[in-house]
Amino acid sequence: MAILDDYSDTPPTAPTTTFILRHSLVTRITHWINVLCLSLLLMSGLQIFNAHPSLYWGQYGADADPSWLSITAVGDDNGTRSVLNIGSLQVNTTGILGVSGTADDATERGFPAWATVPGYQDLATGRRWHFFFAWLFVINGSLYALYGFARGHFRRDLAPSAEELSPRHLKQEIADHARLRFPKGEKARHYNALQKLTYLIVILVMLPLMLATGLTMSPGIDAGYPFLLDLFGGRQSARSIHFICAWSIVAFVIVHVAMVILSGLWNNMRSMITGRYAIETEGKSE
Amino acid sequence: MTFSITRRRLLIGSAASLGAIGLTGCDDVAQNSNVQHLLEMAERLTMGGQRLLVSKDKLAREFSEADISPVFKPNGSTAPDSEDYVRMTENDFADWRLKIDGLVERPVDLSLADLKKLPQRTQITRHDCVEGWSAIGKWMGTPLGPLLQSVGLKPGARYAVFHCADELEQTMDGSGVYYESIDLIDAFHPQTILAYAMNGKDLEVAHGAPLRLRVERHLGYKHAKYLMRIEIKDSFSGLWGGKGGFWEDRGYEWYAGI
Repeated sequence: MAILDDYSDTPPTAPTTTFILRHSLVTRITHWINVLCLSLLLMSGLQIFNAHPSLYWGQYGADADPSWLSITAVGDDNGTRSVLNIGSLQVNTTGILGVSGTADDATERGFPAWATVPGYQDLATGRRWHFFFAWLFVINGSLYALYGFARGHFRRDLAPSAEELSPRHLKQEIADHARLRFPKGEKARHYNALQKLTYLIVILVMLPLMLATGLTMSPGIDAGYPFLLDLFGGRQSARSIHFICAWSIVAFVIVHVAMVILSGLWNNMRSMITGRYAIETEGKSE
Repeated sequence: MTFSITRRRLLIGSAASLGAIGLTGCDDVAQNSNVQHLLEMAERLTMGGQRLLVSKDKLAREFSEADISPVFKPNGSTAPDSEDYVRMTENDFADWRLKIDGLVERPVDLSLADLKKLPQRTQITRHDCVEGWSAIGKWMGTPLGPLLQSVGLKPGARYAVFHCADELEQTMDGSGVYYESIDLIDAFHPQTILAYAMNGKDLEVAHGAPLRLRVERHLGYKHAKYLMRIEIKDSFSGLWGGKGGFWEDRGYEWYAGI
């Protein structure tokens, strides 16, 4: 298929490969530190969640108060089974959530051992890991944000143009993505509009929201910055939003990794490790 | 609470943390003492950060009567079973005394009646358990700061240590007795009170009768129940595990503002 608007300087007939610097050193380092942080924050976060596997809306919430999500274990004649309750919906999750481990040695715990840090139940250690990587996440994210604004990374690479935001353009990109047709040639030099929007939402909305809702759970921070309680509707609401947002980031990561694989695993991985990204310029006569 | 972090230890710790991403072996990493020391850096950052960003007199939010939790979940010890404690409950704590000693000019023994004659403060605040749940209750008691001022702190005083009547873990050596500690910044905070009433009634046994600590900018485990003695100290040495509290000796952070 010919790319009609290809205006590259390369000879028009032979397909050639050009290497560009896709990601700056700062982007690459902060990206991988972020991978480390978010993985351990998720797993230690699930350990913390397991200490009280129920979520509420509002300022307060404990055993006697109505929860909108809970993982409960119920014993019956056939042993222990577990139920995930979301609103009025009940799902049997025995073996994964609520009760897990081998049949002889089933333990009652929200998320299973393989998903938590540490694997055994230990809230104190889970908290230490969580706060350590929360600090690393904040320092790493701040360096990235400083760099992004100072060196024009956000403006140059992530801010979509008005043309890219037009419904016609977005519709076309969604259709291309759905058919797994990824930009080639000159168009691959830059992120497409869907990428830009997704990355901006993650960087400017979801990750800061994780931090802000996390801080709202701190009684010390609440004393200094009570507007956080009003912003999120209370400490228990903040805890619920923290949980939802964490899984939204997991969903993003799943789609992100799938796209990395589908649009050229090795090229993408190399560009995020060494910075070098190959662009195939197709010949016009093809 | 001091430890030095060498470059080598930092490298070992960082490498070990990176290894943890492999999922398997996480537990070995979690139990490695170099890693534990590295992770403890975060607690010092958190405490330093909060002390810097939240000035010492900032109050925890106070709620209205309508916000009070219908059921306030009792946690930890809910019915101490020592002979002495049970005997005190039988005559409404008439024989109970709060001892204040250690690095003070004038050690005192106070009865419940003595405490109730002191200045009062009532506050409707949120109690946040380290497990994740919260409950709102109304507390009435006497502010700790003025009381400490009245007994006079000696030079070197740094911490108020709260010794409790409950044994949360049955041990041969008594190390399962509950105790807690706060520094003088929290001891003199206006909302730090010795509470003898909750939701308009005398404090119930499940909630720490006859007296419990309220230190509102901290998690629940700092709010020691069944108070028997306040000891003013310059360090945690000689106190069970040396970390400043029952849960601290079992791995939880001493600074519980997060």
